Amino acid sequence: MSSVLYDVPGPRQRRLTLIISVLAALLVAAGAYYLIYLPLDEKGQFSMELWGPLIDPSNENFVLVWERIWVGIENTLIAAGLAIVASLIIGTLLAILRLQLKSLAGRRYAGLSTPVAYLLRGLGSGLAVLTRVCVEVFRGLPVVITIFFVARGLPEFGVTLETLWYLVIGLTVYNGVVIAEILRSGMEGLPFGQREAAVAIGLSPFQTTTLILLPQSFRIMLPALISQLVVVLKDTSLGFIISYEETLNIGKQIIGVLSNPIQVYFVIAVLFILVNYSLSKLAQYVQRRLARGRKTAALPTASEVATPVDAGANV
Amino acid sequence: MSVLVDKFDVFAGGFWLTLQICVLAAIGALILGAVVAVLRISPVPPLRALGTAYVTIFRNMPLTVVMFFAAFALPALGSNADFLRIPGLDVVFTRLSTDLPYFRFALIALTLYTAAFVCEALRSGINAVPPGQAEAARSLGLTFGQNLRYVVLPQSWKASIVPLGSVIIAMIKNSALIGFFGVVGDLSQSADQLTSAEGYAFIPVAIGISIGYLIMTVPLGALLDRIERRQAVAAR
Repeated sequence: MSSVLYDVPGPRQRRLTLIISVLAALLVAAGAYYLIYLPLDEKGQFSMELWGPLIDPSNENFVLVWERIWVGIENTLIAAGLAIVASLIIGTLLAILRLQLKSLAGRRYAGLSTPVAYLLRGLGSGLAVLTRVCVEVFRGLPVVITIFFVARGLPEFGVTLETLWYLVIGLTVYNGVVIAEILRSGMEGLPFGQREAAVAIGLSPFQTTTLILLPQSFRIMLPALISQLVVVLKDTSLGFIISYEETLNIGKQIIGVLSNPIQVYFVIAVLFILVNYSLSKLAQYVQRRLARGRKTAALPTASEVATPVDAGANV
Repeated sequence: MSVLVDKFDVFAGGFWLTLQICVLAAIGALILGAVVAVLRISPVPPLRALGTAYVTIFRNMPLTVVMFFAAFALPALGSNADFLRIPGLDVVFTRLSTDLPYFRFALIALTLYTAAFVCEALRSGINAVPPGQAEAARSLGLTFGQNLRYVVLPQSWKASIVPLGSVIIAMIKNSALIGFFGVVGDLSQSADQLTSAEGYAFIPVAIGISIGYLIMTVPLGALLDRIERRQAVAAR
């Protein structure tokens, strides 16, 4: 990867690296000790009174606390699962729709009278522009704001749901659009010959998209899609603004009783990092598998995959 | 729709505050992210491990948790982020010097979180430089530092512009969280204030707030699309 930047070290370089390594390690350790450990210790943040309920099974609150955290994890997973399924469905439909509208906008309607043809063309491109605007708006708005607007807006129109659904709708609106764009860029990145071959055997544009382009797009964009799962999972933590009882909100409740914010947030952070890290590893593994597989379609380069991933890099 | 006119100063003020924190956090994240990227590609193993640990932690943790950490752990560490009251800078960005430290906490959280993504964007740019270039530089006898300075970094810059831009856009959107976390007067907090506390109609407020964010994100996204397409053409 970056090893190309320097040669295999010789004896002098190895000695130098070792010295710098030891110095750097000492520096980092000293920094962690003096800037983080000591101040925390002085404030008594390492006392068992604060940590006990989280790590000591014999503590009276241990079972209670973890039962609550488990409820939070369950709620987080429910919200994330629903949001992921919904965004995948919406995203796929939106991607197909946008591709169809694009091919429709370029159609000439030969054989129809001129005004009708112009009307149809105008309609086609109008719809294409409309979906484009929707995509830009929903992608450009922060997810927090979308969730907030959903939770505040829907009741104004007489639609009252459980908070879970506000969260799911808010996440779906944003991630559906993002997934649609991932799939669309995957389909447009396919070699043009795929489409030509489909037309040559007489498939309609819709059939071409659903039978030829979409399945391949799912395959090449799988790493980006998995990374988007991480984003959805992380974004469920926004449920706290509409008081959905997900992990973070439960954490806040625990803190309200035990007043040990640092410890609880630490545990929650570790939980999130573990799950998301394994998901990212899965994405990397899939990407490597794909890179090794048949190369019918040019696989997106590292930076291309990184773009949709980071573009969706929300909260 | 009268709220858009009556409360124009609220929307404008919210936009201005959101813009301020975005500019500051972007500068901070670019600097810190570049440092972490250097750590991650350095030949010294502990530094590399440090960089990797940083990126792994902050990429996989929700920003919400980072923000709570900034608000709870920093005071516990005995800091109210006074070091951000940089003379001169706090004249332009007055919120830096207020006695309520939430703005500075939010700034720290946003910077720390975004830096991890900045680092990855920079690294993807470095990886995009053809290995032959670095090999050529090495065979010319350039050291690691020279290789980076004269050969790899100038070229990687071009490849990292688009991912960096995406990171900045994501950061602008993430900044909406600060309003739900104690910072008063930014766009998202204004939305809350106007609809729940002052009882204004929902739709106009939503439109006003949305316009505020879209002004920042959509043009930047369009610009990135153009750069990306130009680069794709140039690469052919």
